Amino acid sequence: MKKTMLLSGIAVAALMATGTAFAAGNLTVVSWGGGYTKSQVEAYHKPWEAMGGKKINSEDYNGGLAEVKAQVESGKVTWDLVDVELSDAIRGCDEGLLEEIDKSILPPGDDGTPAEQDFLPGTLTDCAVASIVWSTIYAYDDTKFSGAKPTTMADFFDTKKFPGKRGLRKGAKSNLEMALMGDGVPAADVYKMLNTKAGIARAFAKLDTIKDSTIWWEAGAQPPQMLADGEVVMTTAYNGRIFVAQVTEKKPFVIVWDGQVWDLDLWVIPKGAPNKAAALKFIAFSTDTKRNAAQASWISYGPVRKSAAPLVGKHATTGIDMKPHMPTAPANFKNALQNDFAFWADHSDELNEKFAAWLAK
Amino acid sequence: MNDQALAAGGVVLAADGTPLKQRLQKTLRRRKLIAAGLVLPLGVFVFVTFLFPIILMLFRSIDNPVVHENLPLTLAVLEQWDGKDVPGEEAFAAMVADLVVTRQEKTIGRVATRLNFELAGVRSVFTSSARKAKKMKAPFKDALIQANARWGEREMWVTIKRIGSPYTSVQYLAALDLRYDVDNNIVMQDEDRQIYVTIFIRTLWISFLVTALGLLLGYPVAYLLATLPLKYSNLLMILVLLPFWTSLLVRTTAWIVLLQTNGVINDLMVASGLIDETERIQMIYNQMGTVIAMTHILLPFMILPLYSVMKTIPPSYMRAALSLGANPVRSFIRVYLPQTVPGIGAGSILVFILSVGYYITPALVGGASGQLISNMIAYHMQDSLNWSLAAALAAILLFGVLILYWLYDRIIGIDKLKLG
Repeated sequence: MKKTMLLSGIAVAALMATGTAFAAGNLTVVSWGGGYTKSQVEAYHKPWEAMGGKKINSEDYNGGLAEVKAQVESGKVTWDLVDVELSDAIRGCDEGLLEEIDKSILPPGDDGTPAEQDFLPGTLTDCAVASIVWSTIYAYDDTKFSGAKPTTMADFFDTKKFPGKRGLRKGAKSNLEMALMGDGVPAADVYKMLNTKAGIARAFAKLDTIKDSTIWWEAGAQPPQMLADGEVVMTTAYNGRIFVAQVTEKKPFVIVWDGQVWDLDLWVIPKGAPNKAAALKFIAFSTDTKRNAAQASWISYGPVRKSAAPLVGKHATTGIDMKPHMPTAPANFKNALQNDFAFWADHSDELNEKFAAWLAK
Repeated sequence: MNDQALAAGGVVLAADGTPLKQRLQKTLRRRKLIAAGLVLPLGVFVFVTFLFPIILMLFRSIDNPVVHENLPLTLAVLEQWDGKDVPGEEAFAAMVADLVVTRQEKTIGRVATRLNFELAGVRSVFTSSARKAKKMKAPFKDALIQANARWGEREMWVTIKRIGSPYTSVQYLAALDLRYDVDNNIVMQDEDRQIYVTIFIRTLWISFLVTALGLLLGYPVAYLLATLPLKYSNLLMILVLLPFWTSLLVRTTAWIVLLQTNGVINDLMVASGLIDETERIQMIYNQMGTVIAMTHILLPFMILPLYSVMKTIPPSYMRAALSLGANPVRSFIRVYLPQTVPGIGAGSILVFILSVGYYITPALVGGASGQLISNMIAYHMQDSLNWSLAAALAAILLFGVLILYWLYDRIIGIDKLKLG
């Protein structure tokens, strides 16, 4: 086993030979790119470097654990910090790809609450510290509907009332949940239902009703583009991406918060990261109350610290109030569902296979 | 001189007195060594960066160490088990002992992930039972089943035993939409999970279509390039090469701009009154988009080998055929076309093999119906992290291409191939 590991390590290293080796002194921070990385650079990286922290190499990736796995298995880890989704944080931890993080490094909130109580429940895991709450919502182009406007999840699936193409992410996650909510299942019962064969069949049946008028997207940047091009009249999307299009590009897009599926982004450290100590310091620094709130003035993702929520202020360049754009704002949070990482850890293989088979039919 | 050379018993000697034959062999051997030495760096490079990783990656498709190494006690007990009913207390006790160790060594996640690929939902059964394992007391059968009812299912234990072998064929079965049932018979995968065979067939079909379209479009262009005066053909050549040098991503994105429902082509057709505003044609995010974009992107790979072959055909052959009384069609089919077969073969095989492995273009413009097998491989590499299944899919693809190559060799002959 050791030997095969080593051999495959060499192979993976050879495959990954295109990756650039950076000076070991720099901290390599990997995130999702676009407006999201920009918000992190402004809120975390710049103050960190100004404070005298290690210089940061910011790299982009597309999510998933493939690169982390390749680096850890080959023993050539070049990433120090990675911004991942909750399911990947749990899974990477289970598979021994990530360093465990001692929560005592986290500073207490500005109001003195100890960190463990200041973070929202479920946002600290063995190997990860959350930074923001983001959400999968659906948005529509306001100019396409002159009369009634879509307001509920059910409207998304109603092509009679709101004719036009739909955009959906190509994958089972969040689509099945939204399909059930669109079919009238309350948020609280969605995963209970998806745990049964009948529930899964019901979700696919609901997706069947719009399958012919759906265009599938994969990267987060695609849905705002599809809306802007008029390729679709409404599409699911990550709320921050729509926000950027709304505010900085002045697009007439409207977010429907009913039935939003929210999730976390968390910091993790790949096992054997070259600058572990600095990475831990960076985590403590970037998730303190002030920095946590500061990111929300660049993109509409909610802070995970309770003490940071009241500090959310105005957008850094346009000056609009950010609070109503947060997924966690009370008006937006009425019918919200938290992505159930445990369910997806168990069922993503099976359901993605079913989803792919359903798509190919 | 001659007399002297022959003096040594009829053997021809070189100037320094050694037999000429020996000397010649020595010189040739040295030359061969030098030649080999020059090729050696490339050989090593190809082996280290290409062959070796491929072999290791393919090895992953049968390599199956995780359960075998981490549940040794359980597997030893299951060795004796007939598989007819849920095993006895002994197996449960061994499982609890294994779970305690895997939890301590933090390998439980890998075991759970591996088994979850085979049996949906057992991941949490393993992780949660492992958490409780240390405090469990005999009888362990009741303790485990109480922790999670799935421990009482025969299927669970059959799967553990099957996946416990260090080498396995399950990945290849999965890649062909087959699986083992609870009695270890090979059966078809459930209908709502059958996917790979469909996509393999689709991949071959689209590759064939792209190759055929490329030939249809590329042949006249190559002919024009080969027969026009140099002044014009150079200009035309640049038109062929310019897109060839442009980034694949740029060209794919350009097709999105052109083909989408509110894109240039649909706008033009609406503006000219060809179609109505409500009848805009869906030309992208489906198979059509994939075929159009791939044909365009791969066209130079068809044109260039065809051109290089046509360039060597003297125009006098066609003239001779015509002057001997064949009509233009007949002389083309009987005289010109057969001479271009090496180019057709080279271009077709190049385009076909490239399309079989195409990934970025279908991912961007393929929508749901235009996905190819490499998109599934990428999915298993990047998202599901089921690298073994990805390796099995890739191996089948590689094997399929090799068979096609062999068929080509049998039908047309590989020595007739001319790439440039």
